Amino acid sequence: MSGVPPALACRGLVKRYGDLTAVDGLDLTVEQGECFGLLGPNGAGKTTTVEILEGLLPATAGEVEVLGGTWARDEARLRPRIGITLQETHFPDKAKVREVLELFRSFYPSGPAPGHAMEVVALTEKAESYVKDLSGGQRQRLSVACALVGEPEVLFLDEPTTGLDPQSRRAIWDVVGRFRTDGGTVLLTTHYMEEAERLCDRVAIVDRGRVIALGTPARLVAELGADDVVELNCGELPSADLIAALAALPGVRAARASGATLRLTAVDLHRVLPAILDVLRGSRTTFDDLRTHHPTLEDVFVARTGRHLRDG
Amino acid sequence: MRSHPLMQLTLVKIRDLLREKEALFWVFVFPLLLAVALGIAFRGQEASPVPVGVVAGPGAEALADALRGSDRLIVREFAGEDDAGDALRRGRVAIVVLPGDPPTYWYDPTRQESAYARLATDEAVQRGAGRVDPVHPEAREMTETGSRYIDFLLPGLIGMNLMGTGMWGVGYGIVEYRTKGILKRLAATPMRRGHFLLAQILGRLVFVIAEVAVLLGFGRLAFGVPMRGSYALFVAIAVLGGMAFAGIGLSTAARTKTVEGAAGLIQLVQLPMWILSGIFFSTSRFPEAMQPVVKVLPLTALLDALRGVMLDGAGLAQVAGPLAITAAWGAMAFALALAGFRWR
Repeated sequence: MSGVPPALACRGLVKRYGDLTAVDGLDLTVEQGECFGLLGPNGAGKTTTVEILEGLLPATAGEVEVLGGTWARDEARLRPRIGITLQETHFPDKAKVREVLELFRSFYPSGPAPGHAMEVVALTEKAESYVKDLSGGQRQRLSVACALVGEPEVLFLDEPTTGLDPQSRRAIWDVVGRFRTDGGTVLLTTHYMEEAERLCDRVAIVDRGRVIALGTPARLVAELGADDVVELNCGELPSADLIAALAALPGVRAARASGATLRLTAVDLHRVLPAILDVLRGSRTTFDDLRTHHPTLEDVFVARTGRHLRDG
Repeated sequence: MRSHPLMQLTLVKIRDLLREKEALFWVFVFPLLLAVALGIAFRGQEASPVPVGVVAGPGAEALADALRGSDRLIVREFAGEDDAGDALRRGRVAIVVLPGDPPTYWYDPTRQESAYARLATDEAVQRGAGRVDPVHPEAREMTETGSRYIDFLLPGLIGMNLMGTGMWGVGYGIVEYRTKGILKRLAATPMRRGHFLLAQILGRLVFVIAEVAVLLGFGRLAFGVPMRGSYALFVAIAVLGGMAFAGIGLSTAARTKTVEGAAGLIQLVQLPMWILSGIFFSTSRFPEAMQPVVKVLPLTALLDALRGVMLDGAGLAQVAGPLAITAAWGAMAFALALAGFRWR
């Protein structure tokens, strides 16, 4: 490290709510200028982690550093330098878009004019609309505009595109892209693989309050050691013997069953697929819906946890 | 190009209140309706005759004739005691006269109206039987404005309105901001917390002045309610009172998590003042032992000051005591709210 402190760092982060442990010893470092993604199913502790990093929630244990400072000591200095969107953002229903931006702009010492912020998120024609009349996508874009209006160095986006139409999603991706071009740091949470692969330099896959995989999206996928993923539905629960036989085939890296779904990671698919079919036929297993795809971060998650991201 | 955050926050609060049409009804229309209804109900109450019942029987006609001789009574005749008793119970007559020798007065001594009816009835009955009054006092009537019920009531309604709109307007809005996560979002900006809370109170200022102007103007035009002191002082007291109750509203909402919880708390705080603070009748009706409690309530103090200026022409020095009580409540509530405010 050259003297520049990381944008964000936490070590041994723990957050408990009574008996429930939401974050269970989490370590992260986000360098300045980086776009970092927290990936995981609902309830993995992503939002809790982000809100602790934003200084909105106290941690039960662990250390947090933001731009070289801590929330306890440097809050007044840090607040103007970060911009955030919460997972569920509301603004006063009876305020207009322009008024909301003027309000948020007034809190910061410097930053773009409200009119410019509206342009960036393509909300200019909604300037005089009431918040309550905005669509979900427009509301989210307003939320992003409010996060940018103070010219932050670090941008926190908590599931910025969940439930949005493709057009709003792309608009938000564009905004993040431009923010990064200007040297900004981004921490975002998502459960969309495509979003993480497209936007993030590095991702941490989080499950049950811990980081279970960390690296660039390409690297994490490559670590699966497979070129392809084969999925098929068996007529009945596959036996342990069958799974072992499939896993032993040359070219098959791993075989896993979740319920009646079999999932194999493989290399040289054209060679290994006939062998897989032979084994299935030999065991008299009925199956259907056989599909193959190139591995994604979703497969990384499945490989590490045996569960799908969207299962929650 | 960047405006001050306190101004922006105050603007947001004012727009919130202005754009809430239902709230405007409670702020401006409701107290007017109340003033009209009460003003009409209590206008010239003394002059209206009191209904008296006479039950049929020997000598009933002579009794009824004697009672008709009084302009303070209206006679209703009943066939039997049961009917008359019903009417008495339901307040349709204030007293019932049972014929006989001597006749019987049947009434509820705890009812003001019945006590008055008993005197008027007895006088009519005695005169009917031939009594001649030994003394004939002169009567001098007070017709001056300022001593009527509506004159007492109007400042009471202004105070009640300041309390209600102050507490609801501030408390409800804050809890709504909290349940929607708006407070949490604001807390994630460099906004100064005190600015936000102060803006809630400042945003009320415009409305306080408008509310007072509407009620005062209405009282003046419709009922000729006087203003013996200075308008400026009256409005200044109202502003202080309005801000104090906004502060109290702020403290009721400082930690409340649901709109229902806030509504309950606001009602709970207002209830004793509705009863004890002398909105509709003078606090002197409460026993001496209760007076220290009654006097220290913020609404009692505010009403004392408002009535002092309006009805007695008091100056600042004479209302300084009650004003200090009102201001102390407001300041205490604001400090409490600031210290214990929950931002999520």
